[in-house]
Amino acid sequence: MLNKIYDWIDERLDITPLWRDVADHEVPEHVNPAHHFSAFVYCFGGLTFFVVIIQVLSGMFLTMYYVPDITRAWESVYYFQNNVAYGAIVRGMHHWGASIVIVMMFLHTLRVFFQGAYKKPRELNWIVGVLIFFIMLALGLTGYLLPWDMKALFATRVTLDIVQSTPLIGDLLMKLIAGDEYVVGAQTLTRFFAIHVFFLPAALLGLIGLHFLMIRKQGISGPL
Amino acid sequence: MSEKQQVTRRQFLTYTLMGVGGFMAAGTVMPMLRMAIDPVLQVKAEGDFIATGVKVDELTNEPKRVDYQFEQQDGWYKSTVTQTAWVYKEGDEIIAMSPICKHLGCNVNWNSNPNFPNRFYCPCHGGLYDKDGTNDPKTPPRGPLDRYDYEVKDGILYLSKRAKARGGA
Repeated sequence: MLNKIYDWIDERLDITPLWRDVADHEVPEHVNPAHHFSAFVYCFGGLTFFVVIIQVLSGMFLTMYYVPDITRAWESVYYFQNNVAYGAIVRGMHHWGASIVIVMMFLHTLRVFFQGAYKKPRELNWIVGVLIFFIMLALGLTGYLLPWDMKALFATRVTLDIVQSTPLIGDLLMKLIAGDEYVVGAQTLTRFFAIHVFFLPAALLGLIGLHFLMIRKQGISGPL
Repeated sequence: MSEKQQVTRRQFLTYTLMGVGGFMAAGTVMPMLRMAIDPVLQVKAEGDFIATGVKVDELTNEPKRVDYQFEQQDGWYKSTVTQTAWVYKEGDEIIAMSPICKHLGCNVNWNSNPNFPNRFYCPCHGGLYDKDGTNDPKTPPRGPLDRYDYEVKDGILYLSKRAKARGGA
């Protein structure tokens, strides 16, 4: 049945070469944990991507219940945390996933660093990776404010104080990021929300696409 | 025995990987879907009658506008809703109608247009209804006005929160 549907589509669109080019290639021996168990270190990049997928999915579902407004944000979070079936689970996935994604990404970075896999000709991919790292940190920072509880507010207060202490352009930066020179409030919350759910994920997906494209083009780095 | 169909190594790996992968995907997505469809599955306590503060003795056979209020819980948002009913007495029976026009949902008024005395008139597209809510077939509305359920306690009129549709005229 499924095979027939596949054949029907393939006959018309010739999709086999498309997915073969992406997915159908041998895993080199030095990357395969079945040959050398220590090769599990090559899994961290894939695990990071896996957690990113979970973050995107759970985040999409959380916005069904969340409102980015100072009078209602906390109540809406309280509502789906306590009164919606599996609300606590989905929020839990997003909450813990946020930390796990940073950990996995850090391990992946360490692997690439200590194996010297960033060296020529893969410098560009290292640069894109570092950009992804920054995007992830920014996602963590902006997402932290959204529950709009005391921890969220004061953590963001601290961050914004650091921003404001930038020489010369500190006040400008503060106004740009928080929406106001002094108040961490209504405008800050909507800004952080928009950045968290639209701007950063869009940038992230673009960069991840580049990251993968370069791996396919250059292949994985050789054994040590 | 050798005729038994062998499971090849490739098949075994395919089934195992698909099985484990499917299990992981389902475990990830299931909570999210359950959360998304929660409004459909939540059981709400319906059928409460709301005291309107109107004494049944004061009702006549002339439709009277009755405004009544109740607390509405909408997810994390709680508010007081004011709702309107057109109420009159027909013998022992009380008729309580929703003011929502069955054409496009404007509010109808009793006896408000001099050209159409003693009828419900909708200002949006000229919909007309008789006193009992039956729609005039020559005007846009395609059904009679909805009716509230009612209850009388201690001589006070109680109305339901939601009006129910009646059969067409």
